[in-house]
Amino acid sequence: MLLPVALAFMTSTHEAVTIHTGGVQFMPGDRLAENYSTVMFKGLGFTGAVNGTTMMINSMILGFGFAIGKIVVAMMAAYAIVYFRFPLAELAFWAIFVTLLLPLEVRILPSYEIVQSMGLTNTYTGLIVPLIASATATFFFRQFFKSVPDELIEAARIDGAGPWKFFVDILVPLSRTMIAAIFIIMFVYGWNQYLWPTLITTDEDYFTLVRGIKQIIQVWVGSQIPEYGQAMALAILAMLPPVIVVVVFQSWFIKGLTESDK
Amino acid sequence: MNKVRFGHSAIPYIFLLPQIAIVAVFFYLPAGEAVRSSFYLEDPFGFSSSFVGLDNYRDVLSNSEYRRVATFTVWFTALVAFFALAIALLLAVKADAVIRGAKTYRTLLMWIYAIAPPVAGLLGILLFDQHVGPLVALFGFFGWDMRVGVNYYDTATAMIVTAVWYQIAVNFIFFLSGLQSIPRSVREAAMIDCQSGMRRFFTVTLPLLTPTAFFLLVINITYALFDTFGLIDLMTKNEPGNNPVTLVYKVFLDGFRGNDLGGSSAQSVILMIVVFVLTVVQFRFIERRVHYS
Repeated sequence: MLLPVALAFMTSTHEAVTIHTGGVQFMPGDRLAENYSTVMFKGLGFTGAVNGTTMMINSMILGFGFAIGKIVVAMMAAYAIVYFRFPLAELAFWAIFVTLLLPLEVRILPSYEIVQSMGLTNTYTGLIVPLIASATATFFFRQFFKSVPDELIEAARIDGAGPWKFFVDILVPLSRTMIAAIFIIMFVYGWNQYLWPTLITTDEDYFTLVRGIKQIIQVWVGSQIPEYGQAMALAILAMLPPVIVVVVFQSWFIKGLTESDK
Repeated sequence: MNKVRFGHSAIPYIFLLPQIAIVAVFFYLPAGEAVRSSFYLEDPFGFSSSFVGLDNYRDVLSNSEYRRVATFTVWFTALVAFFALAIALLLAVKADAVIRGAKTYRTLLMWIYAIAPPVAGLLGILLFDQHVGPLVALFGFFGWDMRVGVNYYDTATAMIVTAVWYQIAVNFIFFLSGLQSIPRSVREAAMIDCQSGMRRFFTVTLPLLTPTAFFLLVINITYALFDTFGLIDLMTKNEPGNNPVTLVYKVFLDGFRGNDLGGSSAQSVILMIVVFVLTVVQFRFIERRVHYS
């Protein structure tokens, strides 16, 4: 199962000519440093205006921005739904719930038009905020809040804590592991986004790694001797951060994944 | 369910506001717009549009190209879901048998989940490359002259293999945790009652695993329909002309390349209905699963 990744890595350490004549490489080559530094620091793509570092930073902004934004928005909404009795609660619940039904892909064209009409193309806001418009995380938090024992809120009330204080001082600290699990899933999800960034960013300064891959591959693979070594180096870079996050925090990740039931 | 709650005040509205605002602007508005424009014929420059009722739907459904894509999507989804589930189940059963190694297996497989689909597509391109790809060489050894990107079926094969490879990881994690949650007492009882490992698997393990398997089936169908977009986009290398694509990809192609807003919207709405049905099925199943446990 890991063979394709291993081959990609081995291939990424070779010179273009070696790969072109000898095929995919099974042993490490001597171009590791050259290929990776070219990909990281030299201008890539059609205009040569963007390099791996810029794309890496953009991917980080997308991954973190999306995960943090989603968690903040979702926790607040779940708190309102679980802990308050108010007239529009039922309506709000269903309005949010329905968003689970439709993935971004099926409403892609009108979504693009709306973001464009708001002037948000080639901005981080336009990149991140529309992706937050689904309720996955809200439902994880809702499930979790429902499992929090009632005694806690009773005790908090007896101690005179209001809704704000209860949320900030008790509920948020209590949700730490849940937040961590959801953060990991959302970071990986955000980092790996492809279609939306492809549409929303045309300015190379805003390219993310995953989005940039296709653009750059076309230049490389279209040339006389395809730069497979560099292409694979870029692919390895694009998979590295989410893979590290998942492997390092795997127990949290599993917790989030199995409790999610999507 | 009987949570002690805070009384009525403005606070819940403040907490709900960000979510509702984002959902309204970036979900309801575009979803509604998709439905609306599916009933209109717009000229490509957006100057005028006229109400055409269900014409867009009729055009889409009677279009032979659309039917070809739909047929491919059904095959693609069925094959990807079947192989991804079957192979993952096999691996999970093997990993479950070696209890001590299970965690290692899990770690080894899990991080494929973290790879972005387009990156997986890129790996697919590498492995199936005409000149350097080892898989093309392997198939060639068995007398199959693969020409990915040129021959429709060869490209489809490459896509399915890559999509299956990518999805096995997630299925494996769910199957393994499903297997490991089977109580020890049940396993031991099964050991005594059934000598044959095969029979034990089919009469005891598999029925207990059905809820997981069914849940995963829905997940896999959704995956094959939507998440493979990046993979397909990479593997068709910007030349979708004669290459196999799925329905979601066609929505994108017709909307952004073909400027056929009405047709693309009608396709969106058709997909929305498909997803809706899938979700209903899934929820009915989840309800049932609650009864199981």
